[in-house]
Amino acid sequence: MTVAVLFDANRCIGCRGCQVACKQWNENDEAIPTEENGVDSKNLGSNENPPRLSAHTWTRIRFTELEYNGKFHWVFTKVQCMHCEHPACVAACPVGALTKTAEGPVIYDDNKCFGCRYCMVACPFGIPSFEWEDPLPWIRKCTFCMERLNEGLEPSCVKTCPTNALELGEREELIQKARERIAKAPDKYVDHIYGEKEVGGTSWLYLSPVPFKELGFPELDSEPVTVDAERAMGAVAPVLLGVAATMAGIYWLCKRREKISQDKSTKKETLK
Amino acid sequence: MQRRHPFSIGTSILSILVILGLAVMIYRFVNGLGAISNLSDGRPWGLWISFDLYCGVALAAGGFTLAGAVYIFRLEKYHPVVRPAILTAFLGYTLVILALLVDLGQPWYIWHIIINWNVHSPLFEVGMCVMTYTVVLALEFSPAVFEGLNRSNLPVVRDINWRVPWGVIRAIQIPLVIAGVVLSTLHQSSLGSMLLMMPTTLHALWYSPILPILFLVSAIAVGPAMVIFESTLSNRVFGHRLETDILSGLAKIIPYILGLFLLLKFFELMAVGEIGLIFTAYPYNLLWWGEIIIGSVLPIILFSIPDIRQSRKGVFWTSVLVIMGLIFNRFNVSMLALGMRPGYVYFPHWMEFAISIGLVADALLVVWLAYRFLPIIQHEEMAEVKA
Repeated sequence: MTVAVLFDANRCIGCRGCQVACKQWNENDEAIPTEENGVDSKNLGSNENPPRLSAHTWTRIRFTELEYNGKFHWVFTKVQCMHCEHPACVAACPVGALTKTAEGPVIYDDNKCFGCRYCMVACPFGIPSFEWEDPLPWIRKCTFCMERLNEGLEPSCVKTCPTNALELGEREELIQKARERIAKAPDKYVDHIYGEKEVGGTSWLYLSPVPFKELGFPELDSEPVTVDAERAMGAVAPVLLGVAATMAGIYWLCKRREKISQDKSTKKETLK
Repeated sequence: MQRRHPFSIGTSILSILVILGLAVMIYRFVNGLGAISNLSDGRPWGLWISFDLYCGVALAAGGFTLAGAVYIFRLEKYHPVVRPAILTAFLGYTLVILALLVDLGQPWYIWHIIINWNVHSPLFEVGMCVMTYTVVLALEFSPAVFEGLNRSNLPVVRDINWRVPWGVIRAIQIPLVIAGVVLSTLHQSSLGSMLLMMPTTLHALWYSPILPILFLVSAIAVGPAMVIFESTLSNRVFGHRLETDILSGLAKIIPYILGLFLLLKFFELMAVGEIGLIFTAYPYNLLWWGEIIIGSVLPIILFSIPDIRQSRKGVFWTSVLVIMGLIFNRFNVSMLALGMRPGYVYFPHWMEFAISIGLVADALLVVWLAYRFLPIIQHEEMAEVKA
């Protein structure tokens, strides 16, 4: 039994209360982007703010305006770590600083990390961030509010959401719930629960009125991205033994051949 | 040293580059990676990973290929180039480690990899193998140091019997060489496995489940090319002259390995039905063709011409092509064809270049010192003394 969150874009009103709650709970202060603070403040032409995830912004609402099926849509989607069922970051991390917990969240341990950033490169959703400006930098990403879950509380974003666009629950039950919601209003939802199958499934599930591709969600196979790497790593032990044995064998053969040809030439000399 | 060597222009430039690199390194540790690099959340790995790690490790492959050829396959002909190859490999790996110490967010925790194992991570394997192999290379090279010390006339040093440690290393030489080949096979290929984690971000022209094999084969091909490149240059600078026979012998092997590499690349693309991409996937197909033509097709043709194999110039410049092709390939897979998060751009900061160039200058200075003070090319003296 693993926990998951279901996000319904038809319910989200783009209030960004989740962003604020996330920053407050995780004490993610960030300089307010003004010129006095030395941070460039730019109007990006939308109500989105901050413009992207960072080590101080673990979640944000993305705003998308588009026309779909002849109808105008203004869709809000929440972006954060997807807490994959088969996380690439966990497989990638050389020191095991990232782990997939039995409950579902993918969590990170400062005490093991040394800052190689392979997790950032490997993540198919482009989520983990790095404290680039800090001389003692760590990786930062959504924790699923693991410490709140342990106390029986909902993640701070879910707790804050005023419209139930975010719901915490058991993964299979939420998928069931999402199916029912699609079935009840097939004209309001595309028939796709994003995160049910993508990269082998994620702990965050999405419902949307428009195709997810239009919302900037990466199009991903149902196969976990870790499969090929796992297979390659499984070959390490046999390759190690195989190469060692082959090299020893070749050495022995070549040495023997050398000896035989030496013996022959000395024999010839003595015969003379 | 009886003769006084003036500090030449070349070494002065190298020293300046080394000092600049060091200064940038200090600046980096005070102000963080963001202050000296254009790396970002969208492009977390940049020039250092592509050049210093990916190219550095592959270009140092001459160490294990030559050691394997001479000590395991008993190809005695190449004995004169083994020691330079091992020295440059050792320096290459030292550079890789130094560059990683700059690139890691918190390099003072590098020992974490020794206690916190994630055996499923290709980077874990690369890290462990690079560390172990650097020690193996140091041991493989150590006889040259002992010979140098044995000859020296320094007060305390001359009283020590350097033949004892020399004899010990000589006794375990074959196990050392085998360990070197095994470790190299593992981590050269694991650098490819590292990319297997990115099936969605690495372009389909390069992404392939056989990336580890492609990485290993291309490293084996570039090893001898690097040895030709280095020994030709050191010939010019230090005046040791290698027999053309050795160079053309190495040149003769390379096309077979490159041919295997090409075949694997083409068959893999055909097997997954993506061969059409080499014409349609503009502009990435240009990078692909560039890498294939420079690094594989041209060298195979050129090295197959006997006249070119007999000419020092021909062998040298064709090796340069092989090396350039490999660098092209490693940059393609680890940077140019690897997708970025949307909304980001990356071009290395000048201080990123300063670090990489400074490290190369470090190595060149050490090579210069080694050729001057240690028996690199002729090294049979001690063996004769013993016998």
